[in-house]
Amino acid sequence: MSARNDKHIVRYTPDVRINHWIVAISFVLLALSGLALFHPALFWLTNLFGGGPWTRILHPFIGCIMVAAFYLLGVKTWRDNYLQPHDWIWLRKFKDVVNNREENLPDVGRYNAGQKLLFFAIVACLIGLLLSGIVIWRIYFSAFFSIRVIRLASLLHAFCAFVLICAIITHIYAAIWVKGSIRAMTRGWVSPGWAWKHHRAWFREVTKGTPQK
Amino acid sequence: MPLQSLDVIRRSATTLPEPQVRGAYTGQVSKLIDTTKCIGCKACQVACMEWNDLRDDIGTCTGHYDNPHDLSEDSWTLMRFAEYENPKGDLEWLIRKDGCMHCEDPGCLKACPSPGAIVQYANGIVDFQEENCIGCGYCVTGCPFDIPRISKKDKKAYKCTLCSDRVAVGLEPACVKACPTGAIVFGTKEDMKQHAAERVEDLKTRGFDQAGLYDPAGVSGTHVMYVLHHADQPGLYSGLPDKPHISHTVRLWKGVTKPLALFAIFATAAAGFLHYVGVGPNETDEGDEEAARRASEKAP
Repeated sequence: MSARNDKHIVRYTPDVRINHWIVAISFVLLALSGLALFHPALFWLTNLFGGGPWTRILHPFIGCIMVAAFYLLGVKTWRDNYLQPHDWIWLRKFKDVVNNREENLPDVGRYNAGQKLLFFAIVACLIGLLLSGIVIWRIYFSAFFSIRVIRLASLLHAFCAFVLICAIITHIYAAIWVKGSIRAMTRGWVSPGWAWKHHRAWFREVTKGTPQK
Repeated sequence: MPLQSLDVIRRSATTLPEPQVRGAYTGQVSKLIDTTKCIGCKACQVACMEWNDLRDDIGTCTGHYDNPHDLSEDSWTLMRFAEYENPKGDLEWLIRKDGCMHCEDPGCLKACPSPGAIVQYANGIVDFQEENCIGCGYCVTGCPFDIPRISKKDKKAYKCTLCSDRVAVGLEPACVKACPTGAIVFGTKEDMKQHAAERVEDLKTRGFDQAGLYDPAGVSGTHVMYVLHHADQPGLYSGLPDKPHISHTVRLWKGVTKPLALFAIFATAAAGFLHYVGVGPNETDEGDEEAARRASEKAP
């Protein structure tokens, strides 16, 4: 992943990009079908899936695809998402982050603290969604659980989905906000200036092989 | 749709009120099941399957009189038999005709995500409209009495309709028609309460001090009520809930959570938009590229 040519720095290899977009497309389908059944005002979204029963049938299967795809992505990126001491400094300087004053922030590795927190929020939400989703998957699994557990799972599923949707909206916005990020996930590369500006510690790593001060 | 479709006062997954003008000004309906008069003949079960054209699979004997042994998509009502040894040491056979209670505040309707799959008529009957049912089973999750069943054939939810088709044309429900002892009666809710009061009074003179009417306030009353010999212990009657109510978890899930979560999702998106407009994007310029070039040239 640390390959480099004259102009471009590779940030996401093709396998990671494809994996990411499988997760992303499944997420969009899940959010649309889930919200359709969450609030009556959005029930019309079931039309995108061929009506109410088809929405109910498809949603859990797409959920399985998303969990499996994210598992593969998570395994690949897990180590880069460990939180380090400088991440807490980064988080404390939140005002500088949102106001584009990156010169005031500590050097960032492959991922910044916001991306790392998002990663673990997704992991936690997906575990919650998977477990509660199995419980409320009526035709296959609900018979194995008590009504009390099914009720709690219904609420937990809605809660985790809500947190995840808000987190992903933030994730999508961050990609729109920090120019060059979308190209990194569609084409795979970033410019040296982008890496130097947003992920300086990672820039040093990929340009020299070893970090140096 | 049954004829009362014009009198639908509540509809699942619908945020605005239904037409309210046509009310039940002559009184809502109720079925009264007098467990103290029931002989357990199951004529009500037969009448139900005949009128509604239901044929459940032949089951197996599970060692008690309940037959079939549980409600199903093909068995909308069921006599549940319980043997109770009272403090005097006598055996009492408590037989309860189980089925939808037609709650005034229905948990199934509250939980249902599909508009119009569950409706409540002005006369109080709670009815499933299978053509709108998506088969999610949320009605099962919402029901305080464990009544709805999802069909294995079509994955849709079924339960007692209180013979809404018969009631619409002025007939009593099929089970009422068939009951040979008068243990099931049907009329306006007021009349049924009055009838129950007379029955309770009679039972008290016969030594059932705790006799009473089961019309649980936790679901704002029901349109199927019981006269019980032991109204202080409804659980004796094959687990009739003592104080049924829509579960707090379901209330939270289907109540304040919905608008709040939707608002927060839109607020998150709006915050992003406002940030873009107010602060603007974070761009990489030629200066950054220059700095990157210098930094990598310095590298060994």
